[in-house]
Amino acid sequence: MGAELGNYKSCVSARSTDKELLKNAQDGGIVTQLFAFALEEGIIDGAIVAANKEFYAKYPSKCIQDSSNLDMIEPWRPIPAIVNTKAELLAAAGTKYNISPNVALLKEATRSFGLDKIGIVGTPCQMQAVRKAQLYPVGLRNVGASISLAVGIFCMENFPYQSILQLVEDHAAMKLESVKKMEIGKGKFWVYGKRGQVVQLPLKITHKYEQPGCHVCLDYVANLGDISTGSVGSPDGWSTVFVRSKIGDSVWGKAMAAGCFETQPIEKVKPGLELVTKLANEKITKNKKTLEGRATFGVGKALRNPYI
Amino acid sequence: MADKITVGYTHLSGCTGCTVALADNYGGLLTLLDKYVDLKYIPTLADARHIQKVDVSFVEGSVCINDKLAVEEIKETREKSAIVVALGGCACYGNITRFTRGGQQNQPQHESYLPIGDLIKVDVFIPGCAPTPELIRNVAVMAYLLLKGTKEQKDLATAFLTPLMKLTAKNEACGCDLIVDVINQGLCMGCGSCAASCPVRAITMEYGKPNVERDLCIKCGACSAQCPRGFFNTDVISQYEAINEAIMAALQ
Repeated sequence: MGAELGNYKSCVSARSTDKELLKNAQDGGIVTQLFAFALEEGIIDGAIVAANKEFYAKYPSKCIQDSSNLDMIEPWRPIPAIVNTKAELLAAAGTKYNISPNVALLKEATRSFGLDKIGIVGTPCQMQAVRKAQLYPVGLRNVGASISLAVGIFCMENFPYQSILQLVEDHAAMKLESVKKMEIGKGKFWVYGKRGQVVQLPLKITHKYEQPGCHVCLDYVANLGDISTGSVGSPDGWSTVFVRSKIGDSVWGKAMAAGCFETQPIEKVKPGLELVTKLANEKITKNKKTLEGRATFGVGKALRNPYI
Repeated sequence: MADKITVGYTHLSGCTGCTVALADNYGGLLTLLDKYVDLKYIPTLADARHIQKVDVSFVEGSVCINDKLAVEEIKETREKSAIVVALGGCACYGNITRFTRGGQQNQPQHESYLPIGDLIKVDVFIPGCAPTPELIRNVAVMAYLLLKGTKEQKDLATAFLTPLMKLTAKNEACGCDLIVDVINQGLCMGCGSCAASCPVRAITMEYGKPNVERDLCIKCGACSAQCPRGFFNTDVISQYEAINEAIMAALQ
């Protein structure tokens, strides 16, 4: 295919040089380190991230409002939040594996939160939303030009919150509040308990709980982020990083010069881009088939295709 | 300049918010007028207000069918324009004028308002209440490229405008289009674009999916048009960097 990894200026395997930061990080701490650096340098004056209940308890005014109050927020439910400091950023680190509608804060970030230079992290579909917001700002006045750093994360699929609840509490038989970390890797869904127990579920089990909207997505490695990153392709504790746009190139260059990251050439690491390419093609091929299936879904009736 | 495009602005039952949004391009509007657009008539901003023959007409507001003049004006606009752009929620979908039951002073008999697409063929929609200055600007620049550009520029403008042209197929918006066209169709992935674009905060994201408070919704159509699963033209949006740079350069 060839286009499965999107356009990029450079690609490396990297991890943060901040040992403290790596303790809470999902893999190489790329997103947290990038935003910490960008905040410090004034490249952004705040970032939209996926926080959680503990964060909400500590910084209620930094979170999006839905109809939940603190008591109603379950462990591992992502809460979109604005962070302005490194402490807030660290409190929100780590992958949540269910839907965090970060784009919902995009306009509010420039209004109530008064940001002029927004950082945002999101899945490939959320990067698509950000770029659409910049090119077709139907309801987002004075927002597009304020987006100063959009970091995309690799994504095969996402889950509704209730799916994560079902997988962890039903299939893995662990309480969500006792979970320290979740991870998808090496063909399995991993749940790590706070007391050291580890449960792995084959992805065969998780597939049926995926969010349906993910099955028409044709982007695995966040082609539209300024920078995109994910664990796939790099050794444990490291992340694969694609630098894509002019903004991304400039920020990455500055962060490297400031010693934020140690890197290895992607060609030198195992499993490397070969695996990223393979998984990207798998996702795109599978979802193209879904889209084709939608075109002949009924009897002479199609389901809607969002791609024009 | 001879190769400017001619543009008109018809003002029907709208609150002038769309006009203000157009003007809120500030210096960009002046550059547009200097280099690309000959604005033939526009109420509020200029003295000339009678409908003339133009390349592109922007129409603000819905049509009150109890008002003869409004009906004549929308028809005349269609007859005299190559391209008609419905600007803003009222022209596209009726927006808050959908709620009127008449009885207001000083024309209490004016009770029936229709989006312009119910009376004439419309070519392009710019939804939202108010529509954003940036999207109005982008459409104006693309309309210029479509009519006066090179082959390559024409292709780009066509690709950019196509989804906004396809929006004209539907004259109704009510927040439920999000549910019907996106969630019911198995397309929502929970990004939150709809909630961010809603001008009246009628949408909250509950467990990653939109919940529309229909009593608050004003029927402007912003949410479903902003939704990346409403439409997504990958070829155009993937070039976001180059296109945004080109538009900014054109307005320098």
